[in-house]
Amino acid sequence: MSALEATGTSAPLPDYEIPFSRRGPAATRDVVAFGFWLFLLSDIVIFATLFAGYAVLSGQTARGPTGVELFDRGRVLLETACLLTSSFTCGLFAMSCVKRIRAATYLWGAVTFLLGASFIALELSEFARLIAQGAGPTRSAFLSAFFSLVGTHGLHVTIGLCWLLVMLAQVATLGFRPKILRRLLCFSLFWHTLDIVWIGVFTIVYLGAH
Amino acid sequence: MLGKLSWAAVPLDQPIPMAASVLVVVGIMATLALVTAKGWWPYLWREWITSVDHKHIGVMYVLLGLVMLVRGFIDAIMMRSQLAIAAGGAQGYLPPEHYDQIFSAHGTIMIFFVAMPFVIGLMNVVLPLQLGIRDVAFPVLNSVSLWLTAAGVLLVNLSLVVGEFARTGWLAYPPLSELAYSPGVGVDYYLWALQISGVGSLLTGINFTTTILKMRAPGMGYGQMPIFCWTALASSLLIIAAFPILTGTFAMLLLDRYLGFHFFTNDLGGNAMMYVNLIWAWGHPEVYILILPAFGVFSEVIATFSGKPIFGYRSMVIATMAICVLSFMVWLHHFFTMGAGADVNAVFGIMTMIIAVPTGVKVFNWLFTLYGGRIRFNVPIYWALGFMVTFVIGGMTGVLMAVPPADFVLHNSLFLVAHFHNVIIGGVLFGAFAGYTYWFPKAFGFTLDERLGKAVFWCWFIGFYLAFMPLYALGLMGATRRMQHYADPGWQPLMLVALVGAIVILAGLVLTILQLVISIRTRERRRDLTGDPWNGRTLEWSTSSPPPPWNFARLPQVEGIDAYWEMKQKRKESTAASTEGQLQAIWVPKSSAIGFVTAFFAVVMGFALIWHIWWMAVAGLVGIVLGALVHAWRAEDEVEIPVETLAALERARPGAGAAA
Repeated sequence: MSALEATGTSAPLPDYEIPFSRRGPAATRDVVAFGFWLFLLSDIVIFATLFAGYAVLSGQTARGPTGVELFDRGRVLLETACLLTSSFTCGLFAMSCVKRIRAATYLWGAVTFLLGASFIALELSEFARLIAQGAGPTRSAFLSAFFSLVGTHGLHVTIGLCWLLVMLAQVATLGFRPKILRRLLCFSLFWHTLDIVWIGVFTIVYLGAH
Repeated sequence: MLGKLSWAAVPLDQPIPMAASVLVVVGIMATLALVTAKGWWPYLWREWITSVDHKHIGVMYVLLGLVMLVRGFIDAIMMRSQLAIAAGGAQGYLPPEHYDQIFSAHGTIMIFFVAMPFVIGLMNVVLPLQLGIRDVAFPVLNSVSLWLTAAGVLLVNLSLVVGEFARTGWLAYPPLSELAYSPGVGVDYYLWALQISGVGSLLTGINFTTTILKMRAPGMGYGQMPIFCWTALASSLLIIAAFPILTGTFAMLLLDRYLGFHFFTNDLGGNAMMYVNLIWAWGHPEVYILILPAFGVFSEVIATFSGKPIFGYRSMVIATMAICVLSFMVWLHHFFTMGAGADVNAVFGIMTMIIAVPTGVKVFNWLFTLYGGRIRFNVPIYWALGFMVTFVIGGMTGVLMAVPPADFVLHNSLFLVAHFHNVIIGGVLFGAFAGYTYWFPKAFGFTLDERLGKAVFWCWFIGFYLAFMPLYALGLMGATRRMQHYADPGWQPLMLVALVGAIVILAGLVLTILQLVISIRTRERRRDLTGDPWNGRTLEWSTSSPPPPWNFARLPQVEGIDAYWEMKQKRKESTAASTEGQLQAIWVPKSSAIGFVTAFFAVVMGFALIWHIWWMAVAGLVGIVLGALVHAWRAEDEVEIPVETLAALERARPGAGAAA
């Protein structure tokens, strides 16, 4: 029981005549979810900055290799499939959490983790291939922007994977108490946001390569 | 083992930095020794360092801002005295490489570590009280924000003792700030200090936006929020939208410097102009992040001391939100001379003039609030009136420079320096001082000395005009910013006047400290037992001073703007004791060391990255992660305050505690 929840119950039941904005402090779950949405928006602004940087520098190849020469779209499609599927399994994971079914939570959590990890493995192998070809981030401004944008997304997914493991451990040790459910909600918001960002990366960086 | 760090990093051969660093080290040691000798550590640790109470956090922010104001001011007076003597053939006493560090540090410190903490501190103390709630949305996160800001402060001050600071100006434009031209650790100090404190600012923005939008007292819709809350909301929204740009841009520069990327380098396709665009896409909203809460303070102060509701509440809110949006559409006016072309310059010039309109609306609203009011001349209204005169001048010189052809003449001249000091001192700083004097009794339960307060105001007011009006003239005469000496001895008289102005401001700073010390020593005489020393209008005055950790025993029921004023009027009308609801136990968030621990490891990591001590950077990161994990598993987040405690407090302060 938190302070906010206590407040929520202490207030008289909202009269339907009272507009939402005047009903007093919102429930903790709403406050946490809203705050996390704001964080995600700020994260998206960081990506927007990197996208802007990529847009400005994508033609600056310094006589080095261009995107069309470097990118293996089939492989990136596979990466995309992994990530988008993981978003679906993350949805199933979130539903198992809400229903408080432990076995399903662990199962879908593990599947989401494996799909996310495959995405990262594919991305890292792409990076390794590029660097081995002499097309590392120090080669040109275009490649600097490419590695930063795609790498920042990859870093986010990696952090998400670590967070997922922590959450599974939290479910195992603390169970589905309200605090843990709120964190699980934030995690799934985070995971879906990374998908949205990836769709931008896939479209602008890979499909838009020139 | 220690990366680039060696004894050569300590400036033993340079007398001025060495003296300064010895002073800082001795000062810190003396403070620590005093705290240890007096046995204050347990108290400090329990009540302040690990506190997640927004009022304590706010006070610590303001204190941080005041301390750094002294540091930033020392930089300022060094620059003014250098320029007062370095005329004609003279070189003054500061060599160029040192002078460059001083102006870079001055700008960085004054914006990031004086103005930001001061404004955020005021918002912290006041917001939940004005909204009629018990704390911010995320109290522990609030503590993390504070300590990350403090971590940035510590790193900037460390640069004084170990190594050097950036010589690149307060925004570190590349290619100068690239490794090729700034190979030292100065730019790295700058970048890591601001990255770490920037995370703190971002979290504050998220925290306050959530608080304002999701946690107001029952009955307080958007149309009943005090103006200060509106301006805080606009400022917090700007933080959320602008600070990530800063983080992203600095990250790019760090990648250039550390891993050989080519975002802003001269070779291999890098684009330095992109940095300038990105940094000002953050930088222009940043000035509104600072000034909007100051506008909010003035709105509260002017309404309270005129004894009237604010004139044109709706137009005030619309103007605030209009500025919030428009502030993202004017950034290019910082570099008209960069060659974006006449059309682009014209668009941004016109946008810049448009943003002056809502600001003008606000000025008229304040004037009409004063008009016909029964004005009480306490210290906060002095600051407000001084602000209105000064800020309008600063605004007008700003509109002048918004004309691109005029800007081609004035760009990077002392005219520009005079302009932005005019709005930042006359706006943000005056607002911070008005808020400091106005809300001090709320935070501590006693008022600040009025006579000294007025003396502080006059010193700043007169000192500002003496120090910066000459700079307008010098700018028109062709003097540029960031020059360490000048050839034309004809400029020297005005430079001397500016130095006199800085000395008058110094007197104001000394009097500020004196005012604080004297007020604390005579606090028993100046206690405010009512909780409402100024006959206030908003909810923060309805609770005791200082408020209990839970602010309100019962959440107030709000019916209109100036909620507390209306309650007071009602209480006068009806003599019958108001029927108040039963008291209920309150849960308050438990103190947490996580903010301090995170910041400690952030300093370790930042310092290690600056000096390329990789193992230590990893250790710092591991520390942060472990701290977060321990926090994630902590058993109890809240402590219960039983009804008996609340009732006892209520009996001790009859009639005042429960405003609802």
